Amino acid sequence: MTGWTDKRPMSPHVQVWRWHVTMLGSILHRATGSALYAGAFLVTAWLFAAASGPELYGQFEMLAGTIVGQVVLFGFTIAALYHALNGFRHLVWDAGHGFTPALASFVSWLVIFVAVIGAVAAWLLLGLVPGVDMSTLLTTVTGG
Amino acid sequence: MTKSIRTPLGAVRGLGSAKAGAHHFITQRVSAIALLFLVPWFLISLIGAVRGGYDGAIAWIGQPLNAILLVVTVGAALYHMRIGMQVVIEDYIGRTSTKAVLLILNTFVSVLLFAAAAFAVLKIAG
Repeated sequence: MTGWTDKRPMSPHVQVWRWHVTMLGSILHRATGSALYAGAFLVTAWLFAAASGPELYGQFEMLAGTIVGQVVLFGFTIAALYHALNGFRHLVWDAGHGFTPALASFVSWLVIFVAVIGAVAAWLLLGLVPGVDMSTLLTTVTGG
Repeated sequence: MTKSIRTPLGAVRGLGSAKAGAHHFITQRVSAIALLFLVPWFLISLIGAVRGGYDGAIAWIGQPLNAILLVVTVGAALYHMRIGMQVVIEDYIGRTSTKAVLLILNTFVSVLLFAAAAFAVLKIAG
């Protein structure tokens, strides 16, 4: 790699390994973590807009309401859910459990699946999807 | 006599361990455990708060317990984020000078974001 000044031997990089879902799970953990770095700017911007007054807050709301804003916020939901679920799994690993290959692969798929389905379900049930009102279903389910 | 795992260099220096080898690992986990409780609270309350527009947001942030938990959530998240990004930079950036610049920038950004977020919460709740 150009610009690499470290002369010590390096460990094999991604192109050396056969693709596996646990590898995808690890890459996604880093990717979602990095995406949430940008998400921290969003949360800070929201707090700052609220502190600045109704005018700036209104502009923030308007931006969040655009298609791009909605896609970003939905991406933020998936990233947060995935990183939290996979992070919990890391804590289980730290305790020394869940390392058998079959189980590790299964949980990798499960975490990806639950993160995507969970984010879609949360947006639908909380009435965040424009034009789709499922909030009545939520009140029926929760009994409130 | 048991075989020592100490390196020759370590034996010459004779300084012993810095007692900080696991510090990064542990703090990453401790902040993660805190966030497993704080982030669900934050996201669920946030949805309720933003439904009420500007007034709803101000009313929610202004509640003392919410304000305290907000500063803690942002603090834990930014700390976790900073040491997480530190590892990403250390892993992928080989050039020493670029790495140093990015690591410093990472710290500056995290501290600035925390100051801005904490200021905003305290301004509203204060």
